[in-house]
Amino acid sequence: MTHTDIHAYLAEFEDIPGTRVFTAARARKGYHLNQFAMSLMKPENRAAFKADERAYLDQWTISEEAKSAVLARDYNALLDLGGNIYFLSKIFSTDGIAFAEAVSTMTDMSWPEYRQMMLDGGRSPEGVRSIREGR
Amino acid sequence: MARITAGVGSSHVPLLGVAHDQGKERDDYFGPIFAGYEWTRAWEAEQKPDVVILVYNDHASAFDMRFIPTFAIGCGEVFQPADEGWGPRPVPAVEGHPDLGWHIAQSLILDEFDMTIINEMDVDHGLTVPLSMMFGKCAAWPVKVIPLAVNVVTYPPPSGNRCWALGEAIARAVASFPEDLNVQIWGTGGMSHQLQGARAGLINPAWDNRFLDLLEADDNAVRHIPHIEYLRETGSEGIEMVMWLIMRGALGRRVKRLHRHYHIPCSNTAIGHIVLEPAQ
Repeated sequence: MTHTDIHAYLAEFEDIPGTRVFTAARARKGYHLNQFAMSLMKPENRAAFKADERAYLDQWTISEEAKSAVLARDYNALLDLGGNIYFLSKIFSTDGIAFAEAVSTMTDMSWPEYRQMMLDGGRSPEGVRSIREGR
Repeated sequence: MARITAGVGSSHVPLLGVAHDQGKERDDYFGPIFAGYEWTRAWEAEQKPDVVILVYNDHASAFDMRFIPTFAIGCGEVFQPADEGWGPRPVPAVEGHPDLGWHIAQSLILDEFDMTIINEMDVDHGLTVPLSMMFGKCAAWPVKVIPLAVNVVTYPPPSGNRCWALGEAIARAVASFPEDLNVQIWGTGGMSHQLQGARAGLINPAWDNRFLDLLEADDNAVRHIPHIEYLRETGSEGIEMVMWLIMRGALGRRVKRLHRHYHIPCSNTAIGHIVLEPAQ
């Protein structure tokens, strides 16, 4: 069996441009945020959230920063606060927004531009593999 | 004796479930995708497997952050399609095979793979979309299914090497089951895609096709690809491809490729599938 150095393993993840790997550190930071998002799987919770987003958020032990990011649907900020995309998807499902459209809001493109990029074959990995190595 | 007769690797993109459920399989966007699966549907109809061991990941449907099993095996009688936030997919309930499921679970634990055992859970698109792709619309699924859920969401997921070794152990477990059963193993997820951050939309057809080539090869280089390579080359969600290695590991050293298909795009994703059988 090969031994993996955990520190080197984790450090490499921070070298990928425009990407937050869902590490244990992020999972811990975002625990309650992700569990809040998960609660939106239930129709009665979706209704309560839609009726008064702020009041619904206030029932959760999440930071003011995270609450503001949810209210603003700032998904990049939510990733920084430990949100995971599969959990955050419960928020945009509640909003009735397609997965790809919500994903586009995290890029520097508009939704039509992003959709066209995907139709044209997606984003090339050239230049976005490694910050350090610039490849 | 039960035997693993074939393996399938396939994407499980949720949008394909939507397209299938809404009758869009022949439109301009989805046509080329579903056309790639026509061969496989005909082949499955001929093969008539009794059981599929279906390797997939849950996408915050049955599991939330409270429990994160690395490898979990479904040993229940039946698994219902999950409500992923817009109502369950209108597809049949998934019938399990508790006798074989428990046999595999016990064998794996004795073989030093410490599985989580699940008796009750709902199954999301990760499991039901591949069933729709392989069998089309049906009143009841024509196979029993043993769900095998892998954590590929919270890091670290299992290594490719560990997935491969689990596949080998599953093959040994199946071979020691006394009933005569035709068993397939499917690895699902991928191919290249990234659903988050400024790099979202990443697609890498060269890497994806190399991965398919490596699955066909009779060395086992593919099992040693490190997580960081999946992440850099195939996007943050491309890591799902490690699940294909459980399928590949179960087929033995040499395989024969029966079918292969690759298409871009499907939603945010490159879609691919491959059908392999063990070769002597």
